[in-house]
Amino acid sequence: MHAHGHATQGALLEGWPLALIALVTVGYLAAANRQCGTSSGWSAWRGIAFLMGSLLLALAFAPPLMAWAHHDLRGHMALHLLIGMFAPLAWVLAAPVTLLLRTLPQAGGRRVAAFLQSRFIRCVSHPITALILNIGGMYVLYLTPLYTASLDSSVLHNAIHLHFLLAGYLFCWAILAEPDVSPHRLSLRFRLGVLFASIATHSVLGKLMYSQGWPRGTGHSLEEVRAAAQLMYYGGDLAEVLLAVVLLTLWLRRPVERREALLTSKAS
Amino acid sequence: MMNAPTSLPTDSKRSLWAAVLVGIGVMAAVDEIVFHQLLQWHHFFDFGTPAFGILSDGLLHAVELLAVVVGVFMLLDLSQRKRLATPWAWAGFFLGMGGFQLFDGLINHKILRLHQIRYGVDPLLYDLVWNGAAAVLLLIGVWLYRRAKQSTRG
Repeated sequence: MHAHGHATQGALLEGWPLALIALVTVGYLAAANRQCGTSSGWSAWRGIAFLMGSLLLALAFAPPLMAWAHHDLRGHMALHLLIGMFAPLAWVLAAPVTLLLRTLPQAGGRRVAAFLQSRFIRCVSHPITALILNIGGMYVLYLTPLYTASLDSSVLHNAIHLHFLLAGYLFCWAILAEPDVSPHRLSLRFRLGVLFASIATHSVLGKLMYSQGWPRGTGHSLEEVRAAAQLMYYGGDLAEVLLAVVLLTLWLRRPVERREALLTSKAS
Repeated sequence: MMNAPTSLPTDSKRSLWAAVLVGIGVMAAVDEIVFHQLLQWHHFFDFGTPAFGILSDGLLHAVELLAVVVGVFMLLDLSQRKRLATPWAWAGFFLGMGGFQLFDGLINHKILRLHQIRYGVDPLLYDLVWNGAAAVLLLIGVWLYRRAKQSTRG
């Protein structure tokens, strides 16, 4: 009886992230579909980007992969990359905030716009804050007993995933500063500098984990920890190079005359 | 390749530096792919590395990754604006490759001691070949640089 109750609870905890992803995706697609009927329209590429992000997230939260991630640290790293970097990048490119603002009735739209202007959003959407939330969070997770604790608590486990999804989203948005309008007007050089710091700090973390055998006390063998540290190192490289390529591709799509100004000045 | 004589200095300078970045990134990629992955002579981590080495290694790694991306996009930008000075870009490419190779061979391997070229052997010969190759690349770069300078004047 007890075991059965535990299993149901486990299934629920495993099921709700997938249900939430499905709900958000249906919401996005319905809103995008409504925009297609208006004069301003909505780019199909954005819809595809959102779907891709949702698929990557659904893949990460699919029970077989989650189970693999739970007992294998390399699996955890692969999932972490999907949840914290690749899926959020795709979602950012889908401009969900712009879609929300266009879809909501005026009063609701104003409230959301006011929230986006709030000090809280201004603070967390700054590239440096987003960097600290993202990479700082990884230092805390892997270099303290937090990771081991998360293996025993579903709530903590899901809270950590949510943290990295949100932090990853904020980071990608802060670096790209488009297509949703960013509350900050920072030069391309500054944002590239933050991306540089991000690559450096995550590769230092990878080497620290490899050399010191973190996270400790997980029951994983040292070989497995090292393989996971290397996966984080190279996988993180891939994600951040991809972000840099996207950032510069968007820059190259701007009119020739404006590129120089974007590089150095704060105009966005 | 070059349009207005007035815009020559900035263009050649930017073409040179963009290609230097690409050269650094390409050499770093060769190092990573050939020596770390294929030959497996280099190790992911050398346990003789001092703590400072981990930090400088992280910074260098970030330079390598971003150099190639930023360099390629700078060249694309220049070429779209028809302001790419090809002779200068080639000079920069070789100077970047040779400069990085020499930096890696002297600073990383010998001074910071991040890792050696190959383990379990006397590294002297390997160091000589490594840094010799760097010198050859640099000399090609210098030769191309002088040629680019002459062609710009003439």
